[in-house]
Amino acid sequence: MNLKELTTLLRECAGVGEGIDLDGDVLDVPFDDLGYDSLAILQVTGVIERDYQIQLSDDTVAEASTPRVLLEFINECLSSAKAAA
Amino acid sequence: MTSELLERTAVRSATAVFTGIGVTAPNGLGTQAWWEATVAGESGIRPVSRFDASGYPATLAGEVPGFEAEEHIPSRLLPQTDHMTRLALTAAKEALEDSGADPAEMPQYSAGAVTAASAGGFEFGQRELQALWSKGGQYVSAYQSYAWFYAVNTGQISIRHGLRGPSGVLVTEQAGGLDAVAQARRQLRKGSKLIVTGGVDGAVCPWGWTAQLAGGRMSSVADPARAFLPFDSEASGYVAGEGGAILVLEDAEAARERGARIYGQLSGYAATFDPGPGREGEPGLRRAAELALAEAGLSTGDVDVVFADASGVPELDRQEEAALTALFGPRGVPVTAPKTMTGRLSAGGASLDLAAALLSIRDAVIPPTVNVTSPVAADALDLVTEARRGPVRTALVLARGTGGFNAAAVVTAAN
Repeated sequence: MNLKELTTLLRECAGVGEGIDLDGDVLDVPFDDLGYDSLAILQVTGVIERDYQIQLSDDTVAEASTPRVLLEFINECLSSAKAAA
Repeated sequence: MTSELLERTAVRSATAVFTGIGVTAPNGLGTQAWWEATVAGESGIRPVSRFDASGYPATLAGEVPGFEAEEHIPSRLLPQTDHMTRLALTAAKEALEDSGADPAEMPQYSAGAVTAASAGGFEFGQRELQALWSKGGQYVSAYQSYAWFYAVNTGQISIRHGLRGPSGVLVTEQAGGLDAVAQARRQLRKGSKLIVTGGVDGAVCPWGWTAQLAGGRMSSVADPARAFLPFDSEASGYVAGEGGAILVLEDAEAARERGARIYGQLSGYAATFDPGPGREGEPGLRRAAELALAEAGLSTGDVDVVFADASGVPELDRQEEAALTALFGPRGVPVTAPKTMTGRLSAGGASLDLAAALLSIRDAVIPPTVNVTSPVAADALDLVTEARRGPVRTALVLARGTGGFNAAAVVTAAN
């Protein structure tokens, strides 16, 4: 999953905060600064788990403070799911 | 207990005044549109459009016209809010802007939010529960955790406007629209400066309809002009609607200090219960009105208009007529029910009546009761069926909630 796919999902699942440019360089911007609280992250990771048929651990979701960290967790999970298949 | 805490919890006899009004109503989106329609007697009761109600016994509703959520609600709040919460947020923003108060400029715990609710976001809840049983838990929105919760409007309003003081929610069905405002006044008496209060409600969806139909009081008449006729010989129950009013209630001293425009004062309030099921005794409505007037230090002769609860259920209409006649004598006071133009709005209804009472005082006009052409008790009730011009200084607002709740509020012109 790349940043664009993640921001598209964020937009669909949780909307966009006023004055936030999700198309900008947001890879290392904390979710807090992007206007997303823990419930917004829970909502988007729930949709990702469902649509990509992966299981992210609760801890990793809680630790994913920026898009870069979350994408790393997701992609790790995706490649191990692929390897297992 | 430390002296600081004692001071903080000491109850002061602060005077509570209304300084802001925000409305989302079936006959008008926004205070001005709604009030103009209300004085003109324009009804917002129409066939249900939010879902296909053709297979249900009740096919009419009061729905807020022309509400495009994207025009009123920030993007971040859209995925997490039910339709009625969006209406409440819209009304709250209008009310705060109307008041001219800026909570961000106030000491951080001095402003709060207390609203009335009945069941939270039914339409949202129905959608997510359908997803749960038809597709599985992974299809349920994380926002279901609070979007369908009855306290959701208070929470969303307080977060959006930074109201970090006391908060709360009252659930007493129709009486809630007054009970919440009274709770807001208690918080002012404990030292808060401003409380955003009132109620906006609605559940125009199959689940909401099914729940209300079970109560047996919804009208099954399909003609919008004949379905909700409180006090009329053809009364057949009520039409349900969505919307209500959010009001800014302020400590009078604080409001005057900042030069706020004051609509009126909450001078008296009381709540009573009806006798329990199977028990004899007079319903509690008259006593609520008496207690509210006593608190205001006013007599029935001072009241210029009564905004009736106006159930539309014949037995309950007779009870209200009896209470009003006992209090005021036959045709002793003008009585009106602008809710004949909106339907009954659950927790939003009585707050909207409070808004109407405040604007009746401002504009010296009593809005009409529409569609009622053959009142049962014409000798007893001076029902206002055409807008009536003349000074209004004191209004009595009555509300009854399913389950035995009664509330009365006395609103007076600012001194």
